[in-house]
Amino acid sequence: MLDAIIVMSGLALFLGGVLGYASIRFHVQGNALVEKIDAILPQTQCAQCGFPGCRPYAEAIAEGRADINQCPPGGEANIHKLADLLGVEFKPLNAEHGEPKPKSVAYIDENTCIGCTLCLQACPVDAISGAPKQMHTIIAQECTGCELCIPPCPVDCIVMVPVESSIANWKWKPPMKEVA
Amino acid sequence: MRQLYHFNGGVHPPQHKDQSTIDPIRIPPLPEKLIIPLHQHIGSSAKALVQPGERVLKGQMIGQPEGHVSSAIHAPTSGKILSVGMEPVPHPSGLDALCVILEPDGLEEWIERVPLDPEMDPGTMRTKLKDAGVVGLGGAVFPSFIKLNPGSKNKVRTLILNGAECEPYITCDDLLMRERAFEIAEGAKLMQRLLGAEEVVLGIEDNKPLAIEAMKSAGGMEVVAVPTVYPGGGAKQLIKVLTGVEVPAGERSTDLGVQCFNVATAASVYRAIRLGEPVLSRIVTITGNVAQPGNYEALIGTPVDHLIRQAGALPGSSGAIMGGPMMGIDLPSTHVPVVKAMNCVIVKSEALFPKALDPMPCIRCARCAESCPAELQPQELYWFAKAKNFGKAQEYALFDCIECGCCSYVCPSHIPLVQYYRYAKSEIWAQEREKKASDLARLRHEFRVERMERDKREKAERLAQKSAQAKEL
Amino acid sequence: MNSPYITRSPSVTEIMVKVLAALIPAIAADVWFFGPAVLVTLALASVTALVLEAFMLRLRGRPVKPFLMDGSALLTAWLLGLSIPPMAPWWLIVTGTAFAIVIAKHLYGGLGSNPFNPAMVGYAVLIISFPVQMTQWLAPASIAQSHLDFSSILDYMFFHALPANTGLDALTSATPLDTLKTQLHLDKSMDAIMSLPIYGTIGGKWMAAAYLAGGLYLLQQKIVSWHVPVSFIGTIAILSGALHLVDPAHYASPLFQLASGATMIGAFFILTDPVTGPTTPKGKLLFASGAGFLTYVIRLHGGYPDGVAFAVLLMNICVPLIDAYTQPPVFGKKK
Ligand code: SF4
Ligand code: SF4
Ligand code: SF4
Ligand code: SF4
Repeated sequence: MLDAIIVMSGLALFLGGVLGYASIRFHVQGNALVEKIDAILPQTQCAQCGFPGCRPYAEAIAEGRADINQCPPGGEANIHKLADLLGVEFKPLNAEHGEPKPKSVAYIDENTCIGCTLCLQACPVDAISGAPKQMHTIIAQECTGCELCIPPCPVDCIVMVPVESSIANWKWKPPMKEVA
Repeated sequence: MRQLYHFNGGVHPPQHKDQSTIDPIRIPPLPEKLIIPLHQHIGSSAKALVQPGERVLKGQMIGQPEGHVSSAIHAPTSGKILSVGMEPVPHPSGLDALCVILEPDGLEEWIERVPLDPEMDPGTMRTKLKDAGVVGLGGAVFPSFIKLNPGSKNKVRTLILNGAECEPYITCDDLLMRERAFEIAEGAKLMQRLLGAEEVVLGIEDNKPLAIEAMKSAGGMEVVAVPTVYPGGGAKQLIKVLTGVEVPAGERSTDLGVQCFNVATAASVYRAIRLGEPVLSRIVTITGNVAQPGNYEALIGTPVDHLIRQAGALPGSSGAIMGGPMMGIDLPSTHVPVVKAMNCVIVKSEALFPKALDPMPCIRCARCAESCPAELQPQELYWFAKAKNFGKAQEYALFDCIECGCCSYVCPSHIPLVQYYRYAKSEIWAQEREKKASDLARLRHEFRVERMERDKREKAERLAQKSAQAKEL
Repeated sequence: MNSPYITRSPSVTEIMVKVLAALIPAIAADVWFFGPAVLVTLALASVTALVLEAFMLRLRGRPVKPFLMDGSALLTAWLLGLSIPPMAPWWLIVTGTAFAIVIAKHLYGGLGSNPFNPAMVGYAVLIISFPVQMTQWLAPASIAQSHLDFSSILDYMFFHALPANTGLDALTSATPLDTLKTQLHLDKSMDAIMSLPIYGTIGGKWMAAAYLAGGLYLLQQKIVSWHVPVSFIGTIAILSGALHLVDPAHYASPLFQLASGATMIGAFFILTDPVTGPTTPKGKLLFASGAGFLTYVIRLHGGYPDGVAFAVLLMNICVPLIDAYTQPPVFGKKK
């Protein structure tokens, strides 16, 4: 009996030691972790997560200040990836932060635009080109669809246009008939 | 006798080639309009050079190559441009692409055709081929001028011409070789010169004795009858059979001293250089559920249903396949145009292509692996693709799969294996595109944050300077 | 629809039917040498397997008809039925089959997903739980002291009743492998053992030959590849041959090892089960030679007379590992 207890506690101690060492030895450096989280986030920079961009949100997650389910553009797929990376349970998207939408890009109605440059200042990725008093245009390839330019516009001339599927971005579907 | 090599696996599907080789190549009447897609090749789309209402001549360039990997598009006949817009094209997505609509005027009025000097400088000749819209007509439609550049450090020993035509039903290359052996042989000479190749070898499957005979009498190359086994006409498989060289996925065969072209491509090189004629037409096999299967020399842009009408559509048709039954794709409709990649249209019917049987679970019988010419483990790839474990699928060489369909053909559980691979590949590509986009966005955002900070700092500095100056005063 | 638009599939059903057909010579030999009891066993196992298969499919919400038609349950039943003593009581047959179908097959995900050979799981469970019933083999007709007619066979299997004047001992005998083991323990010499009456019988040898014939048919039909049988039989032959050469007094001849027990049915019908075996050619060689080695070791040193079932199950565990480490190089990437 006593032997057994000694053996078991010895084993427990040993394994605890190994685990403890491993967690120190393989601890992911703070910054490296932020990088990894940031690499998963979609970089829409829309601030729907409650932080002023993807990187601040990544930092908040790394420091445990934010949950992993606050990014609507990333959707559930990204939450799964974050859960895997951090070794935590998956949670459904927190609806407070918004719903995922189909990818869209902003479009400026160039006839209405008065060239006030307010949208230009709001765009997180400098995807709007234009100069004061000139009409502005959106560089569609660079627009992330964050919608941050819409509220500042005094004449409401920016609309979001869903990205159309084209031969270039078309994807094969998995077989319809699943194996029974 | 040349020593022949052997590749793994392969299958022997029923041929169905006889019905479309009875007649010589037929010339269909001009259709009412031609729908000419501007993107018929690998690489970037050509840029439209014409406006609606404009009159164009036969052979006039209407789409200009953009960027290095691109190719030109020409008016297949003289007539009026009706519009430039989105039209359905032969693509598995069924989506539209930018096309030029041309109304033929029936005059067939040519541009001035200038035969070129076959001894001209290779670099210039390659540019001419790019401008003549010469692309691989075997189905891959890769711009030929790029493949005809051996590079400075490589030595291409063998130029292989591919006349194997291994897929069932397709006979366009067979007829081309029978009837236009001279054009192929002359084109091959030009290509050999461009590549500096020591030898030209033409591989033809031994089920085409007439083509073999015709090509032998044309001369200028070694004609080799290769065993009939699908996919013996795959470029990599033919290279292996004829030279023993295995070209790994992602590597260029020129680096291994071989280059391979379809016979129809050789004929179009001949026409482009010796006759000054760009690629305006191609030979298309129309077969399957039609009264008179056969081969048509169709202008690019001819609506497929125009050709099917010529061959006599039969009742009970249920759509059409572009390409062969092993690797072809469903045409979204028969209103789509003939494109440079279209070697064959098979009109389907319930009798010819019965509905696929319901898939059963994989029993790990490894028949698929035994038949795989790329020597993959299809059952593992299937497993990973189905589980969306794309990283693992890539580890098991998903991108080495040539989508030949042998695995699905033999699978006793009727699993649509290839569809899983196409799906997995396009998901991986999409992920890569997204990753690129988000990396770009991150960079631009970081740049902007930095710029704003710098602006702030500079402003503060200026303020500080100003107040310092104010104090001094 | 998607390419390829055509298939040349011998369906799963066709494959299974061919395997079943390949078992017929062995069943015929069994009837010829040991009497019709085996037919009752097979019938009972088949019915149990099909009923349970249908039940489990329904329970798991799978379509019943295509899976019942695939023949895999029937094959499991036949393999198990041929592995247990022909006149085993009905409950032994039902228990074994139930274990094979319900636990070993369906609880692991059904056709294609089960890691262990269902028939061998059923067999292993039975021999561990009911060692006595599982080693009472009918004696070959030529040496049995009395015979039973068909109705008394049924009586015995279902009601455990024997005709008044016959004892069980008169009907059964230990198998050659079993006898060899016990006699060697008693320090008998090989020559003495081999002159026992059981070794004078030819039933077992004919059974082995019948399995071999069925196996050759499967090879010819390309249902199984040569790798597994050759490697399995080869390993056993080499091991037993080497030891027999060194010490013929204690080690039976390789021919004896190949012709007795489950060597042949194992080589062609059990180890070749695609679902529970490796898929790569090298893997198949490794898998079968491992099984051959284990079979021989268990025959020499194990507590059970034959080792094929345990060897198969042990090697089944290794299959994912074997597959992972024997991936052949792909086209163009060979050294
Ligand atoms: S919610 Fe917007 S800003 Fe926040 S992480 Fe997601 S994409 Fe980036
Ligand atoms: S905010 Fe609106 S009006 Fe002002 S520049 Fe942008 S688009 Fe034009
Ligand atoms: S052929 Fe089909 S059933 Fe056999 S291993 Fe391949 S995928 Fe599985
Ligand atoms: S489709 Fe791909 S995996 Fe299947 S046999 Fe062809 S190359 Fe191999």
